[in-house]
Parts: sequence; structure tokens; C-alpha cells
Amino acid sequence: MKLDSNEPTGPIEDRWDKHRFAMKLVNPANKRKFKVIVVGSGLAGGSAAATLGELGYNVDCFCYQDSPRRAHSIAAQGGINSAKNYPNDGDSVFRLFYDTVKGGDYRSRESNVYRLSQVSLNIIDQAVGQGVPFAREYGGLLANRSFGGAQVSRTFYARGQTGQQLLLGAYQALARQIHAGSVTMHNRTEMLDLVVVDGHARGIITRNLIDGTITRHAADAVVLATGGYSNVFFLSTNAMGCNVTAAFRAYKKGAAFANPCYTQIHPTCIPVTGDYQSKLTLMSESLRNDGRVWVSKKVGDMRPASAIPDDERDYYLERRYPSFGNLVPRDVASRNAKIVCDEGRGVGGGQAVYLDFRDVIARDGKASIEAKYGNLFHMYQKITDEDPYTVPMRIFPAPHYTMGGLWVDYNLMSTVPGLHVLGEANFSDHGSNRLGASALMQGLADGYFVIPYTLGNYLATAKQGEVTTDHPEFAAAEAAVTGRINKLLNNQGSATVDSYHRRLGRIMWTHCGMSRTDEGLRTAIAEIAALRVEFWENCSVTGSNGTFNSVLERAGRVADFLELGELMCRDALERRESCGGHFREESQTAEGEALRIDDGFSHVAAWEYTGEDSEPVRHTEELSFEYVKLTQRSYK
Amino acid sequence: MNVTLKVWRQEGPNSAGRLETYAASDISDHMSFLEMIDVVNEQLEAAGTDPIAFDHDCREGICGMCSMQIDGVPHGPDTGITTCQLHMRTFKDGDTITIEPWRATAFPVVKDLVVDRSAFDRIIEAGGYISVATGGPIEANATPINKADSDEAFDYATCIGCGACVAACKNASASLFTGAKLSHLALLPQGQAERYERTLSMVAQMDLEGFGACTNQFECEAACPKGISVQAIAHMNRDYIKASLSGR
Repeated sequence: MKLDSNEPTGPIEDRWDKHRFAMKLVNPANKRKFKVIVVGSGLAGGSAAATLGELGYNVDCFCYQDSPRRAHSIAAQGGINSAKNYPNDGDSVFRLFYDTVKGGDYRSRESNVYRLSQVSLNIIDQAVGQGVPFAREYGGLLANRSFGGAQVSRTFYARGQTGQQLLLGAYQALARQIHAGSVTMHNRTEMLDLVVVDGHARGIITRNLIDGTITRHAADAVVLATGGYSNVFFLSTNAMGCNVTAAFRAYKKGAAFANPCYTQIHPTCIPVTGDYQSKLTLMSESLRNDGRVWVSKKVGDMRPASAIPDDERDYYLERRYPSFGNLVPRDVASRNAKIVCDEGRGVGGGQAVYLDFRDVIARDGKASIEAKYGNLFHMYQKITDEDPYTVPMRIFPAPHYTMGGLWVDYNLMSTVPGLHVLGEANFSDHGSNRLGASALMQGLADGYFVIPYTLGNYLATAKQGEVTTDHPEFAAAEAAVTGRINKLLNNQGSATVDSYHRRLGRIMWTHCGMSRTDEGLRTAIAEIAALRVEFWENCSVTGSNGTFNSVLERAGRVADFLELGELMCRDALERRESCGGHFREESQTAEGEALRIDDGFSHVAAWEYTGEDSEPVRHTEELSFEYVKLTQRSYK
Repeated sequence: MNVTLKVWRQEGPNSAGRLETYAASDISDHMSFLEMIDVVNEQLEAAGTDPIAFDHDCREGICGMCSMQIDGVPHGPDTGITTCQLHMRTFKDGDTITIEPWRATAFPVVKDLVVDRSAFDRIIEAGGYISVATGGPIEANATPINKADSDEAFDYATCIGCGACVAACKNASASLFTGAKLSHLALLPQGQAERYERTLSMVAQMDLEGFGACTNQFECEAACPKGISVQAIAHMNRDYIKASLSGR
């Protein structure tokens, strides 16, 4: 397997322009002759489907929800970065690029990140043009706030609902194309396999979630924008339906899976309360602008927060990282929360730390905090039954985002020609740690401003003949999908699907979560393999295929997570350095900070599937840094 | 705590439905309402029976997927939240809770508590957007927008498309949903060019889908998890009259 990034060369600021000119175009009259499949309707998929439809391509878009408006991008709270430099505080395209490469702990591709930073300017214009109601100052111009990992205010926001507003913008653009007939939308439909003909991605097999119909769809290119895989941990901030199935089936059809061990454990989530818990709720990182993180200096302090005097509080982020304070990047904030809780200094001796707004409320007044974070405080109160205006929030890290994903080149094309991957589903821009407010930026950059160009180039140059769904590869893929569904349904087991998912989650959280060791990862690989065998022997799937069957849906997804989990552990085991969200206990400084090992690991690890009975093969793409000097990250 | 559930079960759109009774035992009051249903469903699954079908996804009140009529009230007794944010502490030990799907001709039942809300998508497709292609817009700060207008537009833009407004309305009217999108766009300078055509086409689509008319009962505002004001409907009606009179 060859991993050619296809990056342009020359000065970094000219690369995207040069590449755009070098790419072939599809004549406007010919665009409608090309059929493009887009799987996923979030920020990346929705914006891609809408834009490709506007350009005149014949687009089929798929989502598992009952409407494209419900994709999980909708839940993103805090904001979207852009190098507009409206506050005049020293931002620039280069600084956003620099911060993103550094924030990603030097494990991303410079050319891609620079392009992301460049098009970040267009995204804000686009969203405002669509009517996205970003926060504004009294003068009527756009407002900005700061976010973790940056010392400038470059984050645009729409209260605590930025993802919702941006997604509705993309959804409305998509609705316009559906109305115009250029996009056909397939709701409540799940992709269950990729069809590859003569080495090129030529279609997908789907299941209609209402009546179980299995359908073949042929196309000239396939675009996956199916999000991340944090639900491998069972408990995460992802929506219940988020899954890795589409990406994993593509992996099994030849698309390399890059850096699967890079997961982001978000520092500010509402802590776990019981075994029945189905998901974890994020409290936006923007809260760290005004909230102060602390725990008691004493181990096992059972006093309520109000009874702990100031001099007995440890504002540990401000103490350890005086220059960034509470705004250190997510990986650093999460690891430090784990450390203080492991020391027994968590709230009430448990797994939580305080995020306290007492001081800012005293300084700016309750009204000001309510205006900025009203909906988040409301959400917190509804979930915990505690009033965060008077009692500090309790927070703890939770799986939130996955930087790993299908490997793509500069054109966002995977190792299967014709298969393009956008947004969280690809691995490309965030390295080993994503900075806050960068996910929305990347999803929209890929969908609005990158794929419309690069896909045209592929279609204009690939020159593949017509393929219909009668091709034997479609029949074979459909037979495999049906066989798997029948196998799940005929499994006369006795344990529920969720019981396996929960057990997998526990293994992953223990051994492949915020802190990883050689021994733990080896244990996890063995445990997951055993769990997978048990799943296929003893999982109970009720109902039939021909109906709305949520158990069958979940069973198929958990089966894929049971394979992905092992791949993540293998990747984590081979990466014997600490970088970003991947912390290997064997690789740390004397002060307990992550120790990156550039000599040996300054590469992307991309895994090739080699069959059910053989181990996957690890390939590498070397990363070179011409513009950002490699240093150990310091936020002190 | 222990509660008794009476749940609407219906195999498919054309089958007859009925209320079935289930016991939910040893429920923690920290559980969300949907987690309580998860517990009941896992027991049903373990017994080899078909669990209760219900829509849900983000479980943090923003995707708009969950849709349960709880004791006759969309999203249940608490205010300003969706079903997934409702917690069992709202109920008492020994309560009997009735759970039904949204009831509206335009929202046919798919199965049990799952309904088909694609009519909402078609209303948006009829014109709930600003027609601007990717790459077209001008520099974002070239158009200052009065903060009060922008904030008001935002209030309407927070609609999650859950359908509680329709479920709460005795006429099953979609006026709050449609009015919210129209108001959001009509309050912004970017939305002016298509303002009146948009109003006419979205209202026409709303009628075509079989939603009822608004008779000013304001149940929709009370049920809306995002607290969207019925002023949206006034905005819509005003623009509709203007558009009709001007012959656009």
C-alpha cells in the first residue's frame, strides 16, 4: 500500500491556489452526468452535498436520522475558529495554522492545515450569507471569544449552539438543492458496505431502517462524511446513533485507517452518575474562559465547595500553567483532571473537579454570564438538579472526538480511488489533539471549499466507464450484508447488545483512555478478542430484518466497534510515544508531562486490513515540518 | 422508585395500536426519562420480546429527534426541555405514566412512538433558506446587523424541529415551526430579497402537508422546548397578508 499525500510543493501560502489551478475541471454541462454519493449529512456531508448539488452534480445523500438536520454536528456548542483577526489582536492565517499544528502536537500534515486556515475566512462569510445568527457586538459587527490552546480571540459563536446554527445553515442549503432536484435525500438509511469495482469506489449498499430493505446504489464517486467513533467507549458525548460502520466497512474494502488511537477526551463533561447512564453531556470548553477549575488541596475532602476556603483550594491549571491557565488545550486539561482525581482530590473523593463561576459572577454580574452561557447553565441544571450560578459545576473528562479516521491525501481521497472522506471521519487536520472550535471549521472547510474542487478533478481524470448495480461486485456486497444481518438475527444468544457495548466501553476506557501502557494495551487486545467471540456466540438480537428494528441496528454497529476497539489498541501499542490525546505512561517527562518522540514517531500510522484471520499491517506516512518548528509543547 | 408505564404499541403505520402496561422497577431519580425506557427495553430484549421503538439521538436536547407525548404533554411535565432532558426526579414513586407518539395527520406513526416528520423537511425545502450558493457571499462584516434584531432572529433560529408544537395543538398546526423559520430569516438583511416569496411558498407547503390552521390557543409556545414565542406566527401572518395583497 502506497501512501502518497499528493501535496503540492513550493511556498505553503501558494500551494492551494497552485493546486486549484492545476486540477482538471468538469464542464458545467457534463456535471449532471456524474452521480455522487454522499454518506452523512452533518457539517461536512451536508455542506458537501449542497455544494456539489449547486455545481450541478447528480447527488444522492444518506443519513441514518429521520432528517439531515439532526446530524450530531448539531450538538457542537462553543464555536468555530477563523483567522479573520477582527479583534486586531495579532491573528493571521499563519498563526491559526501554527496554533493548529502545535495544538495537534505536530502530528498533522502542514499543507492540509495551512489550507484549512486559509479557507476559514470564507466559512464565516458563507455562514453569515446564509443567515447564521452569530453573536454580534452592539455596533452590529461580529463578536469573538477565546478558546483553549490559543492566545487570540478568533472564535465565532452563536450562544452555546454554534453547531446547531451552522448545521441549520448547511441543512437549509441542502434543502434548497433537494427542492431543485439536484440532491436526492435518503433519510433513515444506513450504509452497510462500500462497493469497489476495478479498484475504484463505485457504490454502496444500504439498509432502510424503517422496513429493512437492502438497496444497491451505483455512482461515479463516493464521499463519506460519517463522523467519529467515540461511541466505541460506550459512554461518550456522541449521539446514541453515532457509529463507525460506514468507515469500518470502507476500511475492510481497502481504505487505510489512520491513527485510530488518537481520541480526544474532552475535559468538561458532566460526570458519570450510575450504571444506567446512556451518554455523557459536554459542557462547552468556552466555559473555561470564565470558569476556574479547582479541587481541594486535601485528599478525600468531603466538605461542600462553599465550605472550602480559598487558601485550601488548588486552582491546579492556573498553578501549573500560568501563561495559559484554565485555557490549556483539551488533552492537557483532561490529563490534569485525571491526575488530581487519582490522587484522591476529586470532588468528594470521586471522579470530578469543580468548574467555578463565583469570581466572574462577582466581577461581571450574573446577567453577563447568563447572556454568554445561559443555555449551558440551563442544561446543567436540568441534568444535575444543581444551580451552577450558586454551586460550582462538577465536571470530568469524557470521550468526545476522534482525530483518527480514514487516511486521505491532500485531495481528501482515501487509498481507494474515488472514495473521499470528509470531516471527523478522516484523519487529516488535527494531528493527535484537536483544538476547540476547530471541528466545525474542518467539517465545513472540507465540505464547502475543498471537495467541490478535488472531486471534480477526480471525475475529470479517473475516466471510469459506466457501472450499474447489476455488476457482480454489487451482488457480492449485498450478499455479504444480508449474510451478516441473518447471522446476527439467527444468533440464539441470551445477552443484550448493550451489555456487550458496555463491556467493550469499559475495556477501552480502562486501557485505551486518557492514559495507556504497553501491558494494559496487550490486556485489552486479548480481552476484546475474547469479547468479540462471545458476542457472536451469545448476543441476542430480537425481531426481524423487515421491520423498524433498533436492536438489529445497534448489533451491527457494536460488531464493528468490537473490531475497531482492537485496532485502536494495536495502534496505541505501536505508538510508543506520548503525543496529544495519546498518553503513554512509559513516555513522560520528569514533571509528568507528555513526552513526544519525534525521532521514530513523526509519522502517520495507517492500517491496512488483510483479512479476518490475519493481523492488519501498519504503514507510515512521514511528516515533514518546514514551517512550524518541532518543539515539546509547553503551555507553562 | 417504581413506576407503571402505559405505552402506545403499534407495529406499523397501517396496524391498529393499543396501550400496553409495563412495570419500571428500581428506577433512580437521577435517570433521564429515556434511560428509564432503556432499562425497560433491555429487560424486554433479554426476555426475547420486541422493545419499545422510540426516536432519540443526541440525548442533550438539541437534535430534536425525541418525541414523546408524556401524560398528554409533549416532552412531559417539565418546561423548556426535550424528553431526553426530562429526569425521573420529576415523578413520584408509584406514578402511572402514559406515553404516546405525537398525534397529527401530517405525522403518521412509523412504529410505536416513532412518527414520520418528513413534512417538516418539505416545508423547509419549499423556501426556508437564503438562496446563496457556496462562495457567493460578501465579506461577513460588510453587513452590520443591529444586535437586538440579530438576537431576536436567533431566538427563532433555535427551533430544533421536534414537532412538539404540532403535537400540542388541537388543530395539529405547524404555524409555530413555519413561523419561526420565516421570522428568523425575515429579521436579517440577508433574508429580505426572498422574504415574501418564501412566506407564500412555505405556508402553501404547510397547508399541503395536512397541518391544521392556527386558532391562537398558544399551546405550541407552552410546549416548545426552546421557548419560541408565538410572535413568530404573527410575523408570518403579517408577511403573508402583505405578500398576498402585493400580488407576489
